[in-house]
Amino acid sequence: MTEASTLERKVASAAKAVSTRGPGFDRNYLPFVYPALIITLAVIVFPWIFTIYMSFYDWKIGHAREFVGFANFTKLTTDARFIESIGHTLYFTALAVVLPVIFGTIAALIFNERFPLRGLFRAIFILPMMATPVAVALVWTMMFHPQLGVLNYLLSLVGIPPQLWVYSPETVIPSLVAVEVWHWTPLVMLIVLGGLASLPTEPYESARIDGASAWQMFRHITLPLIMPFILVAGVIRMIDALKAFDTIFVITSGGPGTASETINIYLYLQAFSFYNIGYASAMTMVFFALIIVLTLVLLYLRQKAKWT
Amino acid sequence: MDDRKTRFTRRTALKIGAGAAGVFAAPAIMKAARAQTGGFNWKKFSGQSIEVSLTLGPRADVLRRHEKEFTDLTGIKVGSEAVPEQQHRQQVVIQFNSGNPQFDVISISWHVQKRLVGKSKWLADMKPLLADASLTAPEYDFADMTAGGIRWATQGDGRMDTLPLSIDPWMIYWNKELFAAKGLAFPKTFDDIVMAAEKLTDKASGQYGWVSRGLKNANVPVWTSFMLGHDMDPVNPKTVTLQTTTPEAIAAAEYYKKLNKDFAPPGTVGFNWNESQTSFSQGKIGMWLDGIGFAPPLEDPTKSRVVGKVGYGIMPNGPKTKNSATFGDGIGIAAASKKKEAAYLYCQWATGKQMASRLLQSGGGSPCRASTYTDKDVIAGLKLPREWLTCLQESTAIGRPGLPEIVPVTEFRDIFGIGLTNTIGGADAKTEMTKATEAFTPILQKSEAS
Repeated sequence: MTEASTLERKVASAAKAVSTRGPGFDRNYLPFVYPALIITLAVIVFPWIFTIYMSFYDWKIGHAREFVGFANFTKLTTDARFIESIGHTLYFTALAVVLPVIFGTIAALIFNERFPLRGLFRAIFILPMMATPVAVALVWTMMFHPQLGVLNYLLSLVGIPPQLWVYSPETVIPSLVAVEVWHWTPLVMLIVLGGLASLPTEPYESARIDGASAWQMFRHITLPLIMPFILVAGVIRMIDALKAFDTIFVITSGGPGTASETINIYLYLQAFSFYNIGYASAMTMVFFALIIVLTLVLLYLRQKAKWT
Repeated sequence: MDDRKTRFTRRTALKIGAGAAGVFAAPAIMKAARAQTGGFNWKKFSGQSIEVSLTLGPRADVLRRHEKEFTDLTGIKVGSEAVPEQQHRQQVVIQFNSGNPQFDVISISWHVQKRLVGKSKWLADMKPLLADASLTAPEYDFADMTAGGIRWATQGDGRMDTLPLSIDPWMIYWNKELFAAKGLAFPKTFDDIVMAAEKLTDKASGQYGWVSRGLKNANVPVWTSFMLGHDMDPVNPKTVTLQTTTPEAIAAAEYYKKLNKDFAPPGTVGFNWNESQTSFSQGKIGMWLDGIGFAPPLEDPTKSRVVGKVGYGIMPNGPKTKNSATFGDGIGIAAASKKKEAAYLYCQWATGKQMASRLLQSGGGSPCRASTYTDKDVIAGLKLPREWLTCLQESTAIGRPGLPEIVPVTEFRDIFGIGLTNTIGGADAKTEMTKATEAFTPILQKSEAS
């Protein structure tokens, strides 16, 4: 009786340990986890906690800091430049996500077909993605020059009057998006191309037997099947576009005036040019919340588009 | 047989040894003799190593190119880096705030960082070092430094936390060929500038009378250049209050707007100095207002189409006075440095007569040493036109700080820069300056209160 109950207790205890810590858990392995844990805490968790902490202070580098509660956040709601920068960020992001996704998908459909020198053209197509963003930005800055840039020269060849590109508040964001499109469309193409390669052939065979046209097959078979891949590309592009800094900073620094000042640029100015660390930290918190919301929306859409 | 002729005695060995030692030691003795010029021992801190942080540009280029010369002279090893201006300024603040900067010597842009470093006392006071005869070489000749340089280097409390390196006055580059084609002479007044710019502008042929910085932040010195001619500083130096909505400041903004909106090439709104330089060097721009350090690329046939056609004009008379907006650099020693003496020797070498001559000859700036401009050998070695030198000297003589001596200079430039950029787009100058003043006033007040 006693032996039986002891055995039962041991079995129950072992089962509990397995259920809470998972099978294969061994305390001896813990030291192997600590280095990664410490690094994660140091480079991800601590900066976040410190950023949250700083956002409650009025702290300018070189001056004493003062606790101000939510004052930095309240100030953000009345900071016209910050509100304007949210608009610029969303405008830039929308274009910098949608256009590469459309062009990248079209490119993937083309490169999925068989034609001579396909491999060579694919390799050429993905070259922009390999270039350093700052180098890309410097080259485009020269190309955008209204008097001496090659873009206006090319337009003149087909009789189109010269444009101001990044030197006009009206065209600066679309021009910056053009750089993003050139740079990152190949990434979308690669992701979608991977999706196309994994598609089953049976639905197409059935569709052909039923007399479906090429467009109908694309619209009703290909597109729904590659939608999860397009949405993954969209999520990656969106996070990249929201983070975009180097290209904008090198080409316009947020100008003309504040016409291309995104949250990142304004945040950078506040933190590293004006040294308003507390205020910039509050801005970071708001920006982080914005990124989370937008990412969740896209992930939700991806979930809905998943193959069942 | 007398074997003395063939016998190798101990005395002979000593003689040969002494002779050989003399031959091998001669260069070292000569070097030591050179190092002790006028009884001053440059080798006092031989064997030490110092770190030098410089702002990337022609001044840093000259210093780094001749660094080995300093090591040969002093035996002090130098590790130097030249960082782009904007990043360098950020690095300075962050490193000083850490309390343990990684450099011993640092170059400072007076027009942006002077008040900040002065208020924070991040740099060692140079005055006690200059007064120490055991540390200051007699040939350093501090009395040779220009009054303007010393004024820039001296803080409000009397401390001198940098040694003057160079001053950069603003002037007008003008295309003589375009002026001659229209029968025009270089402007004598601000109104003449506008008139000449109008006559030189022919938009149909892509020719424009004027170019200057339109990009926010970078454009503020263009505006202040016109403000100084109205005998007005953007910030009152005594009361440290803004004077940016005064009639003079508005009039200066109107000049800025008129020239950049009506007579400058399309896209000026996003131009910094590099776009302005590129445009001017193509030969289709009449005048370009900017710092004097751009002459070398304009006179370089591989980079410019206006070689030999460039006039170097002093800023014309404003309605009240004639001033050239000036900007400058100094070099100082981190107060936290443990090698202040060795660092001080570097600062002496960097701001000495020889380096000043080299800086002038490179065309990269205007050294703060009076003797440089009267030394015939230095002038003979100058690769730029004499007109450039004359312009440099005369502009320096009428120099006046182009930016206010306040801590939040960058914010000042950013906020007023946006207003100025908006005027190029057609916004009203007075409205923009008023708006900028309202936005910047609390920032300045807070800064002064702390």
